[in-house]
Amino acid sequence: MDISFNQDQIEIRNQAHRFMENECPPTFVRAMYEDERGFTDELWAKMAEMGWMGMRIPEAYDGIGLKLIDVCVVLEEMGRAILPGPYFSTVLLAAEALLEAGTEAQKKAYLPRVAMGELRGTLALLEPDSGPDPGYIQMEARADGDGFVLSGTKLFVPDAHVSDFMIVAARTRPGEDREQGLTLFLADTKAKGVAVQPCQTMDGSRKQCEVRFDGVRVSKADVLGEIGRGWVPLSRVLERAAVGLAAENVGGAQKALEIAVEYAKVRHQFGQPIGGFQAIKHRCAEMLVMVEGSRSILYWAAWAVDDDPRQAALAASAAKAYTADAYRTVTTLGTQILGGIGITWEHDMHLYLKRAKANQVALGDTAYHQEEVAKQLGY
Amino acid sequence: MDYRTTPEDEQFRKELKAWIARTFPPDEPPPKLETREDHINAYRDYQRKVFEGGYAGIRYPKEYGGQGGTLMQEIITAEELGPIGRTHASSVNVIGFGMGIPTIFTVGTPGQKEKFLRKSLDGACIWCQAFSEPNAGSDVASISTRAERMGDHYVVNGQKVWITNAQYADWCMLLVRTNPNVAKHKGLSYLLMDMKAPGVEVRPIKQITGEAEFNEIFIDNVKVPVGNLVGEENGGWSIALTTLMFERVMGDLSTANQFLWVFQQLWQMVKGVKRRGRPVLEDPGFRQKLAQMYIEILVLKYNGYRSLDRVLRGGIPGAEGSVGKIIWSELNPRMTELALEIEGPYSQLVERSARAIEDGRWQYMFLRAKGNTVEAGSAEIQRNIIGERVLGLPKDLARVAQAAPAKK
Repeated sequence: MDISFNQDQIEIRNQAHRFMENECPPTFVRAMYEDERGFTDELWAKMAEMGWMGMRIPEAYDGIGLKLIDVCVVLEEMGRAILPGPYFSTVLLAAEALLEAGTEAQKKAYLPRVAMGELRGTLALLEPDSGPDPGYIQMEARADGDGFVLSGTKLFVPDAHVSDFMIVAARTRPGEDREQGLTLFLADTKAKGVAVQPCQTMDGSRKQCEVRFDGVRVSKADVLGEIGRGWVPLSRVLERAAVGLAAENVGGAQKALEIAVEYAKVRHQFGQPIGGFQAIKHRCAEMLVMVEGSRSILYWAAWAVDDDPRQAALAASAAKAYTADAYRTVTTLGTQILGGIGITWEHDMHLYLKRAKANQVALGDTAYHQEEVAKQLGY
Repeated sequence: MDYRTTPEDEQFRKELKAWIARTFPPDEPPPKLETREDHINAYRDYQRKVFEGGYAGIRYPKEYGGQGGTLMQEIITAEELGPIGRTHASSVNVIGFGMGIPTIFTVGTPGQKEKFLRKSLDGACIWCQAFSEPNAGSDVASISTRAERMGDHYVVNGQKVWITNAQYADWCMLLVRTNPNVAKHKGLSYLLMDMKAPGVEVRPIKQITGEAEFNEIFIDNVKVPVGNLVGEENGGWSIALTTLMFERVMGDLSTANQFLWVFQQLWQMVKGVKRRGRPVLEDPGFRQKLAQMYIEILVLKYNGYRSLDRVLRGGIPGAEGSVGKIIWSELNPRMTELALEIEGPYSQLVERSARAIEDGRWQYMFLRAKGNTVEAGSAEIQRNIIGERVLGLPKDLARVAQAAPAKK
């Protein structure tokens, strides 16, 4: 058993850390809060140059062909910096869906351009009545001649407004069983009948949209995988993406902890640093326990999703549930330790709190993942 | 990055499993464990078998009765033997394996290793460890049990409390004050005391579970040979701190395995429980709560692996051992309380009640778990350790002010 990071991974982490420190300080995050697109072409190009869009894409499609744990090393640094923009949706959602279920033609058409940073994509799953359950899909894909017609509303679609394409989950057969009748489609964001409306969200660092499909035509060639059997590949994508979110959560929680502890050392009240008082010290200690626990389960899950198929689903859900709640609690305690300034817009802590809250409900909330764990355990 | 064990380790596990099946046949009933003698006899018998089978003290050198094996093999052994040990009173010497043996091995003299290690590994020598006193619990450095040097022996006087397994122990790892004229933590020593020496009296303390797992020890002019001093005279504080750190790592992993086993048992129990006529396992709320327990056990387990990895790389485990302690000691009370929540009104029925679920086992575990956040360094002390030694936060001024030499 050897669970340390190798030299390459350490180098990737250091590179990503330096890059984020330089290119994505909190001032940039704040600027993107106000920006409609939520990212800059300049930063996007720099990230593409680092090879990050192509990390998981095989070399045959102009990527680097690395593993999930390698991507998580970078995602942890991105989470620490609260990186705004459509990296997650393009790389962890859309590209992964193509990798998992795409035809050779689809992969050739999209993946090299994604790896180069030329194309951005996202995954359209949730609907107004889904709640947080990414498997509860009711939108209809009606067979029409050789193709299909998509009609319905998708909600909470990350970065749809800056995407070039979307992977859309819809039902080719009505019902509620996610294992039967769910199909994944490639749709052009600019296609006739697609209307994208950005939502105003609490976490301004990651934009979400409402996307209406009004008789949008897609062809058979736009189907990913098998008709009616989209859940299995989709669930694999969601497993990876859940671990990716867990990595962000670990990075963000670590930074929030550092901010709170630093403050506790320098803020003096009643003649001493407030970190000397046990009420504050103990909250900091609890935050550290949560961060370390999160780190531990993240690294195992990132390995298991690639290398231990029997445990992959369980590991992904366990990591997502635990790290999301941990990030939320760390930022909540962090806000408390900061006292009054923790409640100001000016201090950075709320940026972490808001990303933590957003990540809690993305790709299945804690209750959803607890239920997934229960199912995996066999009860 | 690879969480799998090597093929060699898996072969080791396979052979161990086969040995367990031969040595402790599943159809053989476990030993009766009613009296103190039952416990001691069952433990000695079990441990002797483990020793003769070549599975005791895996990571200790052969010259002292160990197996000269690897840390991974030790962990695998603990994992596989855990359930069998639990029905064969292995807890009788939990202090020996958790603290006594590692301490003697790490800082003992060759003579002490020769005298104690082999017989601790084969079941002949059972240990207890005596730190706490009525006036020195969390503030263990302010103990006042006094050891006065008189030529070739110490004369020890004092009182210890909360001593686990003193009722079984042959020997005691005793923390004493050898110098009352210096700062309190600078005047402590570690002695090995024969529990059968004249002047040693053990009195059981009944706990909220109804059992007496721990005890008071009264020490009245007990003579302890100078050869039983572990480490330096007045160097006891650093022994108390550093040797325990290593055990935290092993402890976390074996606790995680134990909790996985407890969880399986809990699930079996829950399968039989109904709520409004329907199985509780259909209730989403309880399904989620149970799943959350499992998730946290995984966190404990993989946190233990990371600590282990640091140790395997030659690192000395530091205060992050407190992370594991906080995780398990706070998870267990919640897990056992969830069992009671699921049992509903049946949670009130204890051992010997006709309708008690599993003869009141979860009631016992719930009550016992209340001790988890107090023993082995309380929840508050662990948070101080993490806050100060891991995060670098300052001590509060009141504690800084009171660290003066102790007086007798």
